[in-house]
Amino acid sequence: MNYLEELLADNDIFTLTTMAEYWSGLVNTTQLVLLSLIIGLVLALPLALMRCSNKAYLSKPVYLFTYVFRGTPLIVQLYLIYYGSGFTFNDTWIWPAFEKAFYPALYAFVLNTAAYTTEILRGAIMATPRGEIEAAKAYGMSWWKRTLRIVLPSAFRRALPAYSNEVIFMLHASAVASTVTILDLTGAAYNIYSRYYAPFEAFIFVAFIYLCLTFMIIYIFKRIENRMLAHLSTSRP
Amino acid sequence: MTDATPLVVKNICKKFNELEVLKGVSLEAHKGDVISMIGSSGSGKSTFLRCLNLLEIPTSGDIEFHGKPIEFYTTRKGERKPKDISQVEYMRARLSMVFQSFNLWSHMTVMENVIEAPINVLGIPRAEARERAEKYLEKVGIWERRDYYPAQMSGGQQQRAAIARALAMQPDVMLFDEPTSALDPELVGEVLKVMRSLAEEGRTMIVVTHEMAFARDVSNHVMFLHQGKIEEQGKPEKVFENPDSERVRKFLAPKY
Repeated sequence: MNYLEELLADNDIFTLTTMAEYWSGLVNTTQLVLLSLIIGLVLALPLALMRCSNKAYLSKPVYLFTYVFRGTPLIVQLYLIYYGSGFTFNDTWIWPAFEKAFYPALYAFVLNTAAYTTEILRGAIMATPRGEIEAAKAYGMSWWKRTLRIVLPSAFRRALPAYSNEVIFMLHASAVASTVTILDLTGAAYNIYSRYYAPFEAFIFVAFIYLCLTFMIIYIFKRIENRMLAHLSTSRP
Repeated sequence: MTDATPLVVKNICKKFNELEVLKGVSLEAHKGDVISMIGSSGSGKSTFLRCLNLLEIPTSGDIEFHGKPIEFYTTRKGERKPKDISQVEYMRARLSMVFQSFNLWSHMTVMENVIEAPINVLGIPRAEARERAEKYLEKVGIWERRDYYPAQMSGGQQQRAAIARALAMQPDVMLFDEPTSALDPELVGEVLKVMRSLAEEGRTMIVVTHEMAFARDVSNHVMFLHQGKIEEQGKPEKVFENPDSERVRKFLAPKY
């Protein structure tokens, strides 16, 4: 702390106060993105299986959902849920679930990432080699066993590279949360910019934080891919 | 009677839309039988084999597994479907299939491939399944490769891994769907050697093959399929040395 204080001693903009703002912005962004991604992934799994079904009553509704949420801008979805909930749910029993800006933002992000992840998983599931599914059938596996033991593990691996992109997009897209009063990283940067009228310092610093986070995501996925995609390499153990 | 004759199929017909692929083929597999099915491409051999474990549902015809007939019903759209899928799964788990293109599960190592179905379908404890797998991997000669992924092995090794996967189910009948057709002549040999040793152990096998020498030397019954029907069948000596059918004679005659 002392070191940081000395370092910032003769800096007008990067004071301990602004650093604390950036920090809480980082916490908000991380919470929002991580929660959306986890819930979105959990939702996307059954949705992707439904989307792959040959029964129209299962696949069509999911298709509509992904079509709508991939076909409209995230910021419009966010405004619809944030402002729309204020109009319709105000003072009803459900209002507490929308009262804090964090929740509408979370819902919008969850639905958005769920839509994209559903399509990523669907592509990966559809690309499962027919012969491997046939072998699973021929060895007496039921639909559930085939899905859990053969189709999904192989699809997850295939989906990893595309999914790491989705995670990075989600991190960057989360900047729109700052438009609905959430003090995420971008929100913090904006406040600091307007307080000191110093756009370059405020935004270059926040850009640097986003860059670091992105590198972390890339690194983590690289590690996972190295482990999970070992079966694709022809180098022998 | 039923234990001695695990699989009986009668009058299997299969139509793909208007195309009639099988026009009434029957077969009885007795314990210890090695039945070879030969014939030109498109004669319906593979389709017939796939009907045996219901990877294709026959348009008509009966399948009895250990004396119990598989029951079917017809959907409103006119599709024939098995009434009780768990009955089908029970049969499939006891009729291991070896495919032309191996169809190993590519995200699993050889060992994982071999223990997968015994653990998750037969419900065998993991340790026992591993023991079994080691035994059969040794038998097919790829024990050293047990931690390789399929993509890291040659076609012959992959097919032997697939045979170990089939053996690990300790099936009543093994189905081979042109197991050597995707391999070069050298690799064909290593796979056929394994299959021959299985036949000599007295395993019940139904083999669709283009390897005439294998059909002649190893099997005790040969079926020649032509345009969806059995053109000729019998002891290999009879079918190969002295066939009644002109078509069979032509098929087996030296080509150049």
